Amino acid sequence: MTALPEALDRESRLEAARRFLVDNPVVVLVGVLVLLFVLTDVVNRHEAGEPFVTWNQLSTTFLVAAPLGMIAAGQTLVMLTGGVDLSVALTATAAAFAASWQGANGTVQGILAGLAVGAGIGLANGIGIGIFRVNPLIMTLGTSSVTFGLLSIYAGRSFEKVVPGLLSTLGSDRFFDYLPANLIFWAVVAALLILGLRYTGYGRMLYAVGDNEAAARLAGVRIWQVLVFVYVLCGLFSAFGGLLLVGFTNNPDLGLATPYLLQSVAAVVIGGTSIFGGWGSYSGTIVGVLILTVLGSLLTLLNAEEWQRQVIYGSIIIVLTAIYARVSGSE
Amino acid sequence: MSTASAAPGAMEFRGAAPWRRALRLHGWTIAIWLVLLAMVPYWRSLSEQDFKFDLQAVAIDALPLCFAAMAQAVVVISGGIDLSIGSLMAVINVLSAREMVDMSFREALAFSLLLIVLAMLASAFTGLIITLTRIPDIVVTLGMLFVWQGVALWILEIPGGGVPVDFSDLAIGNVGSTVIPNAAVAVFAAFLLVWVPLRWLRPGLAIYAVGSNRNSAYLTGIGVARTRVGAYLLAGVFTGLGGLALSASSGIGDPNSGTTYTLNSVAAVVLGGVSLLGGVGGLIGVIAAAYVLTLSKIILLLRGTDPNYANVYQGALIILVVVIGGLLTRKTRS
Repeated sequence: MTALPEALDRESRLEAARRFLVDNPVVVLVGVLVLLFVLTDVVNRHEAGEPFVTWNQLSTTFLVAAPLGMIAAGQTLVMLTGGVDLSVALTATAAAFAASWQGANGTVQGILAGLAVGAGIGLANGIGIGIFRVNPLIMTLGTSSVTFGLLSIYAGRSFEKVVPGLLSTLGSDRFFDYLPANLIFWAVVAALLILGLRYTGYGRMLYAVGDNEAAARLAGVRIWQVLVFVYVLCGLFSAFGGLLLVGFTNNPDLGLATPYLLQSVAAVVIGGTSIFGGWGSYSGTIVGVLILTVLGSLLTLLNAEEWQRQVIYGSIIIVLTAIYARVSGSE
Repeated sequence: MSTASAAPGAMEFRGAAPWRRALRLHGWTIAIWLVLLAMVPYWRSLSEQDFKFDLQAVAIDALPLCFAAMAQAVVVISGGIDLSIGSLMAVINVLSAREMVDMSFREALAFSLLLIVLAMLASAFTGLIITLTRIPDIVVTLGMLFVWQGVALWILEIPGGGVPVDFSDLAIGNVGSTVIPNAAVAVFAAFLLVWVPLRWLRPGLAIYAVGSNRNSAYLTGIGVARTRVGAYLLAGVFTGLGGLALSASSGIGDPNSGTTYTLNSVAAVVLGGVSLLGGVGGLIGVIAAAYVLTLSKIILLLRGTDPNYANVYQGALIILVVVIGGLLTRKTRS
């Protein structure tokens, strides 16, 4: 007779734990991240005979992760509204080119040129998606093919590529040996984003539009304004990512940000943001970005080839979305 | 255009002249074929080449896109979207080019059949994941886009391989000594032999029913999941043909050969009058749209436009088409 309440109690405690984890996927993700670090450490000790978890490696991980963190920030905002931006990688590349093209005229001009290009592409996306109601997928694929065409024309012409010094500092320098400059920048942006999404009216509107557009419209939200602005923001964040990247490599080329398209989507999905919109957070995305970066190091250690990476990243997106759908759908 | 002007009063036309009904139902398809026809004189006025040669070039150039667009159309009509078509085509392309190098024509044909079956299975696998996990098509096919891309790189890291001359001739030759290119015949043969019979039978009708309203389709007793997987299976036939078309027309295998077909197949589908919401449109308009897209690219090149600008114009054109298409359908709905 006493067995029944006990079992119920255990069940409800399990249920409570499950709910907690569903509501806070970041907890699970940090666990996964730690596991990955440990695994990479073990592999590195085995392969190279030295530990992976050192201050130097940790600092490098953040240094490498920051550009992806920027691009994935824009992707998170867009995916919260139920859209997706497939032009982020080319926007980042275009911004990097614009910055190094105008870089000869001064640092400020270079950075402004890069950001303007990002905002411009974002605005084009936003107008198409917000005002003309084009499917986000097609619109952003379309703008990226236009961007790619224009880039291959202008990048082919010879011009003096000057990466502004400030960007090089921001993209590759470290303070006190271990603190990457771009990590400070990333931390500020992340804090603003997380607080902004939670406490500002616009932040709440992003969730509202993604959760139920009709309800948001009836509540008085001007959907088109929200959408136009979110794609402009995404363009700007992608541009920031591109600027950090070119500051890191100091050499803009056409394939600069190409791998970041899939990775930005993967990072957001891993971070628990719903592809249907209306649910998720930037803190999850940050952990997603770090997981992908450590996974990248691990794959490099294991001498994984390009095709294996592609298959793994692609599968991660599908498997994780399936798991999230299963877990949160059974609530 | 005619769809938009005729559709608002759809109910009034019941009992009206049958041609008006036909115009309302097929206006877009007719319009896109007229656009294609209208482009021909301009194209001829720009080109200095022999007509037979030119026609052949266009048909060869459009061949992979036609198949990619037909595959996309089947999936879109069923209410989904497949972003992985291009990279699955690349897998078939590299696999055929790697294996066919030393094959005879007959062996190559038999192997092609095997590859088409393989493409069907691969595509149905994607469909199965979608229906089993209930994640949206976009996410799964975006993931598969990269999985297939990886597989293609694994099969053939750098462009290479080859196909028998006779096999190549299937795409780049002509029917006998006439002006009709084999490539065009292949497209219409696939349309007539694969799509037309199914379109008017149970499976085709089920695809349209599921695409236009999943719940109603379920309530009429159609197996929704089965139909959606079936649509992907059918799309796999065209994807496989598209991959083989890449091999036959280019003569080599290239792991990156499929990249442009994701966007272009969606563009052709929209331009061809298939609604991205599903359930509306047919493959015949989509075929015309694929030729229109190819011909517009060729016209730009003939005008001496930098190929990179041609890319830009085409991207802009696609966006424009989708914007106008969206505005028209919104008008008809309100």
